[in-house]
Amino acid sequence: MEPVYEVHGLCKAYGRHTALDHVDFAVEPGKLIGLLGPNGSGKTTLIKISAGLLTPDDGTVLIDKLPVGVSTKAVTSYLPDRMALPTEFTAADAVSLYDDFFADFDKAKANAMLNDLHLGPHDRIGAMSKGMQEKMQLCLTMSRAAKLYLLDEPLGGVDPAAREYILSTILHNYSEDAALVLSTHLIGDIEKVLDEVIFLKDGSVMRQVGVDELREETGTSVDAYFREAYKC
Amino acid sequence: MDWNITAGRPVYVQLIEQLELALVTGEFPPGSRIPPVRELAASAGVNPNTMQRALQDLESRGLLQAQRTAGRTVTANDDILQALRRKRAATLARDFLQQMHALGMTPAEVEALLRETEASEKE
Repeated sequence: MEPVYEVHGLCKAYGRHTALDHVDFAVEPGKLIGLLGPNGSGKTTLIKISAGLLTPDDGTVLIDKLPVGVSTKAVTSYLPDRMALPTEFTAADAVSLYDDFFADFDKAKANAMLNDLHLGPHDRIGAMSKGMQEKMQLCLTMSRAAKLYLLDEPLGGVDPAAREYILSTILHNYSEDAALVLSTHLIGDIEKVLDEVIFLKDGSVMRQVGVDELREETGTSVDAYFREAYKC
Repeated sequence: MDWNITAGRPVYVQLIEQLELALVTGEFPPGSRIPPVRELAASAGVNPNTMQRALQDLESRGLLQAQRTAGRTVTANDDILQALRRKRAATLARDFLQQMHALGMTPAEVEALLRETEASEKE
């Protein structure tokens, strides 16, 4: 199958610090991928470059065979690692912003998800807790019919019950021709939902492997493997 | 159905085991249609591709049959289901005997224990 998301020789340095060092991988449509690695291993930098928010020093990112740019932003649904919506907005304002901005946005779906998560349309974003803000952003991100979903730490601040809901939302909205890449530290909670994991170490891909393949090979969970591989 | 996916072993292997059990116990009765992949995956909280892989395994062994238009059905062939039941029981018996052996139980003691337990279960 043709990959929907390709990263070739990607390099990025912040001053003297190398964040990404020749990162290469490809992701096929229909796959759910976990981007794993310790703090500072380059996860957010990689996702930001892929979302078109940072420019790489070298290398390319192709989404649906096109280099990152205006046209790829239309098919990439990105969840930032921190709140990016204006705090004076209400939930309803944010929904209509997304509705204006993205042709693939499904307003009815977003409202249904917000309702399930007990977020009212008149709730002001600035008055929401961190977890509620994250749920809000995730609802918006998953309500698009994108080719590629890039979720940077979607589960960090949400409670375990909402985490379950979010994972089932991701599974229900899973589409054959879309791929989803998410970075997380909560490996144990999500590894059975993933097809593959990509391990980053010091800005390079240490390994890309299927979850069941890794479990078969090591006899441990991905979570346990991670703890061993990145032992401090 | 209730799923229990644990760490450490491949997810699809655990799905196969638990689906087999549902077939043997009649939770999915012979000849009936099973829920679509996506629904099963969501109820187990696993990746749809992994569920698909498990279902294909059961299909390749004749336990499930793919219907041209409408998903998969449980085989109506009782021989296949009975063979699976015996296989599962034999596996449990082997594990049980290994553990009993590890505890230093003799075959006679194991037999007596089984009878006692059976009798106390009936009370």
